[in-house]
Amino acid sequence: MTTEITGILLIFGLAVAMAIPFGKYISRVYKGEKTFLDFMSPLENLFFKLSGIDPEAQWDWKQNIKAMLTINFVWFILGMIILVSQGVIPLWNPDGIPAMEPTQAFNTVVSFLTNTNLQHYSGETGASYFSQMFFIMFMQFVSAGTGMAALALLFKGLANKSGNELGNFYNLLVKSCTRILLPVCVLIGTIFIFNNMPMTFGGATQVITLQGDTVNVATGPVAAMIPIKELGTNGGGFFGPNSTHPFENPNYVTNIVENIAMLLIPISMIFALGFYLNRKKFAYMIFWVMTAGFLMLAIPAVVLELQGNPAITEMGIRQDMGSMEGKEVRIGSAASAFWGIANTVISCGSVNSMHDSWTPLSGMFAMLGMQLNAFYGGVGVGIINMFVFIIIAVFIAGLMVGRTPELLGKKIEAKEVKIAILVAVAHYIFILGGTALAVYIYNTTPEAAETLKWLNNPSNHGFSEMLYEFTSASANNGSGFEGLGDNTPFWNISTGLVMLLNRFIPIIGPVAIAGYLSQKKYIPESAGSMRIDSPIFGIVLFSVIVIIGALIFFPVLALGPISEFLLMIK
Amino acid sequence: MSKHIKENKLFQKDIIINALKASFVKLNPAVMIKNPVMFTVEVGTLIMIVLTIILLFSPDPAQGSFIYNLTLTVILFLTVLFANFAEGVAEARGKAQAESLRKTRQDTPANLLINGGKVKKIMSSELKKGDLILVSEGEIIPSDGEIVEGIATIDESAITGESAPVIREAGGDKSGVTGGTKVLSDSIKVLITIEKGESFLDKMIMLVEGASRQKSPNEIALTILLAGFTLMFLIVTVTLHPFGIYANTPIAIAFLVSLYVCLIPTTIGGLLSAIGIAGMDRALRANVISKSGKAVETAGDIDTLLLDKTGTITIGNRKATNFFKVNGMDENTFIKYCAMSSLADETPEGKSIIELAKKMGIEVNHSAHSNEKFFKFTAQTRMSGIDLKDGTEVRKGAFDVIKQLVLDNKNIVPHEMQSVVNKIAEDGGTPLAVTVNNKAAGVIQLEDIIKTGIQERFQRLRKMGVKTVMVTGDNPLTAKFIANVAGVDDYIAEAKPEDKMNYIINEQRSGKLVAMMGDGTNDAPALAQADVGVAMNSGTQAAKEAGNMVDLDNDPTKLIEVVEIGKQLLITRGSITTFSIANDVAKYFAIVPALFIATIPQLQTLNIMNLTSPQSAILAAVIFNALIIPMLIPLALRGVVYKPIGAEKLLTRNLLIYGLGGVIVPFIGIKLIDLLLTLTGIV
Repeated sequence: MTTEITGILLIFGLAVAMAIPFGKYISRVYKGEKTFLDFMSPLENLFFKLSGIDPEAQWDWKQNIKAMLTINFVWFILGMIILVSQGVIPLWNPDGIPAMEPTQAFNTVVSFLTNTNLQHYSGETGASYFSQMFFIMFMQFVSAGTGMAALALLFKGLANKSGNELGNFYNLLVKSCTRILLPVCVLIGTIFIFNNMPMTFGGATQVITLQGDTVNVATGPVAAMIPIKELGTNGGGFFGPNSTHPFENPNYVTNIVENIAMLLIPISMIFALGFYLNRKKFAYMIFWVMTAGFLMLAIPAVVLELQGNPAITEMGIRQDMGSMEGKEVRIGSAASAFWGIANTVISCGSVNSMHDSWTPLSGMFAMLGMQLNAFYGGVGVGIINMFVFIIIAVFIAGLMVGRTPELLGKKIEAKEVKIAILVAVAHYIFILGGTALAVYIYNTTPEAAETLKWLNNPSNHGFSEMLYEFTSASANNGSGFEGLGDNTPFWNISTGLVMLLNRFIPIIGPVAIAGYLSQKKYIPESAGSMRIDSPIFGIVLFSVIVIIGALIFFPVLALGPISEFLLMIK
Repeated sequence: MSKHIKENKLFQKDIIINALKASFVKLNPAVMIKNPVMFTVEVGTLIMIVLTIILLFSPDPAQGSFIYNLTLTVILFLTVLFANFAEGVAEARGKAQAESLRKTRQDTPANLLINGGKVKKIMSSELKKGDLILVSEGEIIPSDGEIVEGIATIDESAITGESAPVIREAGGDKSGVTGGTKVLSDSIKVLITIEKGESFLDKMIMLVEGASRQKSPNEIALTILLAGFTLMFLIVTVTLHPFGIYANTPIAIAFLVSLYVCLIPTTIGGLLSAIGIAGMDRALRANVISKSGKAVETAGDIDTLLLDKTGTITIGNRKATNFFKVNGMDENTFIKYCAMSSLADETPEGKSIIELAKKMGIEVNHSAHSNEKFFKFTAQTRMSGIDLKDGTEVRKGAFDVIKQLVLDNKNIVPHEMQSVVNKIAEDGGTPLAVTVNNKAAGVIQLEDIIKTGIQERFQRLRKMGVKTVMVTGDNPLTAKFIANVAGVDDYIAEAKPEDKMNYIINEQRSGKLVAMMGDGTNDAPALAQADVGVAMNSGTQAAKEAGNMVDLDNDPTKLIEVVEIGKQLLITRGSITTFSIANDVAKYFAIVPALFIATIPQLQTLNIMNLTSPQSAILAAVIFNALIIPMLIPLALRGVVYKPIGAEKLLTRNLLIYGLGGVIVPFIGIKLIDLLLTLTGIV
């Protein structure tokens, strides 16, 4: 057990230690300062020349959002074409994988467009190598880049003392990919290849097992895709079982590397904010709030999984390794629980164990990570989501010092509050509204279990499965509780729409706020201003996130995992 | 908070009656919609009324008993009424305060001057803007106006509460008169400057009454935030319906409505407008008429205060504090000469010299010297003096004038005198030189008396991040000295009106909000430029029009109070919002287990308050939710205690009281109500 705990501490410690210098590097990239990767500029200039984009053009928030939506629309169309026609594309399809069913294709395209990677298909049987490389892997880079570029726009808006220029979305997008994601992926990919992760364009290999059975073992260009899966907090695996699959996560070392990779950019972005705005204390405050939130979820989950399942203990079975149902022996229960919470807190969504098999309260903590949606979060969008809560916290706490609320020298007024609260409400509407819709259909369909084929486990656990699915879609996480028959038109379309809406609403809203703040008159701080980098504001921010989240989700969690837990321990 | 604020009892009988009436009048949905939080509670109440009526005729056990539903309906209705009552009380109080001021302006006779200087007796209600009236000794000034001719002493106690009469005269900056005040001596011609019903007081009453009250920008933003929270909890409640069915625990409509009403921020929703009105009312109690709610709110944000030295930092005028003889004259003789030279000097400084001499045992009086030759102080000569019968000439005046006089008479200015003069100037005083028979005799030290406690006051302002700037006509050396002693952050010496204007513009350019007080017409542009401009009521009409507040007391320190009132308003808003949201935690622990406990008995673990039954738990939560509104009305009206201890400490303090307190209080409250309900056997 000590080894297991040491493993977790190593992952977390290394991620934070690397995040500080990396954050500084990221802020230099976004500020357009000199970096050692300036040799990438000919490649970037080639992109700009081919597309006729002037990377130096400075745009306000509306122009930047328009650019973001335009390029995303193009990717959407491209993705749909590739997935529904992958069967007839003669390239790189050794296993002859057929075209995707349209609603599934819609769900898949949206899920990769939105950095969610909610996979209602299995990679080894549902997507050709061509689709995996030219659509899925491409999207894993650019969707991560989109979130990061959006955050860079926000940085600029907060740094501005006046004016409405937030930078150039296309320029920031390209640089996010070429200067940040690509180089690190090359590094990680190399480590993976040395750890025996497959990298081949050959088809499935026939293997005769010890029992004498013949099995087709799926393989492919795995080592190329897994680095960006984690680094870009995408989470979409090459294979259906994701990082539980031995080809996708061969050993304890790759498990550590993958786990660090997904933590790296979200944590770096906090420090990047500090370096960009030259407000390191503000960044530390956010870091501690996020870390407190993360640990609040991770520690009990790790403890609970290490303790094992009480129902099994009752049967008189020893659980020295903790609760091992749905977990990989080479990874162990502690690293699985830690990975799971990291993956849900960060909107990555890759799995190295089956969350469906977790003990009920651990499952709740995983869900809470996505529902609160403010601790670390996905690349770029993590800080963007946090920004919404910062606005709300500044507004409430700011009043209590006897001034109308200010953030970084700019007044928070009706317009900003309106956008922030709507963005926050959207997430809650999508989760609760979506789940309510599914539950309503289930309630009103006669012979629901047979007709709909959704729920393999009705009762509290089935409720948790449906809740988890919408939570994952709305948080753009992509992990699944599984156990849910989700590849049906209802789930494909409803979660697709939720992913789409709750990807772009929380980007457009905060970037708009940054745009408005940027234009406002700058008010220098005085002794009477509330300090947003103080521990006391950190406490306010943390309480706002946790109390609002708890108030919204307490009833559903009580019906799902809490009831399940209480029923189990009786 | 300050000596100026008149504290009335919070609840007077007529105020309560008016507020009760208003509680019902405000039930009109067209009025309620302005307050989205309480509007939805009203809708919830209507749903419950309909449900209860249905249950009366066709009972449905799944929806609970008729009596239980009726009880909940009544409590919800009370919740709405309590919120309306809070607003009603605030309005009634503000109105009463304004009315008591308006009483001073009952219909009074007025002497209208018509062409040719003839006088026509009319009533004040008939007066129009632009009319010229004559007010003589003993008469009440019928309406606000400006003196165009004459000088008079006026008793303004009806408005300011200050019994000492004041002098108002035509021309200059003290020409404004207020209706309802009384002329004690002389007669004046007054030009009426307002139409009936348009005085600042009338405008203020309309603001308080709600007819023309507009929400201030911060109030609008907070309303949006609260509407957002309301929307969130609406979703929670509505979606709970299918979830309950899925879990085989259909939830009664009464329970859902109760959950909803308990979760939405009704406490702050119910008190929000009362807090805003009370802010304006507090200003009015300090005898400051605010022209809008926004002005009070902005006052809390002020970064820079422009304060007049005289009256704010120093008491009135300079006073003589020391006599320094040179030339070896006998000390007492010198003092006597000083006193005698001041007999004809009617300036406050001159009088203070005689007072000081008297204090030192040397008394002179006018009658003893009545047939001697006095020289009055004039702006041209800049000295005063006396020629005694024995031929002794005594002169007193500014050092440069006296020096010239001495030199002109071929006498020398001793080195000693020069150094005394320099020393006095360095210490922030003003030296007055004295000659006897054109020979240097000595120096009188005049000093500004800095108000006691003003240093601490500026210290407090600094802690709240407010920069204080002293505005004075003094020379830079004196100004610097006084600025240092008083502890202001900056000063404008030898200030002309345009200097104030430029200072304000500069501060605003760097993003700061500036407040100033002024009275003269030449202050008007600066008053208009400042973010908060407080005009003195005695000031000219132009100044009063330009500012966004009017101070009836003409007290320059009022500016500091105005800032504190503004801060208090914002703090009260934030604190009650925090309290309201923090309350939800306990309500959840009461309601959520109660909702599902029938089918999932294990959820009893979450019933940490150990409430008797689901029915009593929900009823207790709803009752607590309703009662907390009237219980917080006094806090909303009086305002949260404001302590100038710095933003950090203030936040910590308010967070502990209203945040942590807001979490704990309802646990106790709900438990107590539950106990009471159980003991009395109601549930």
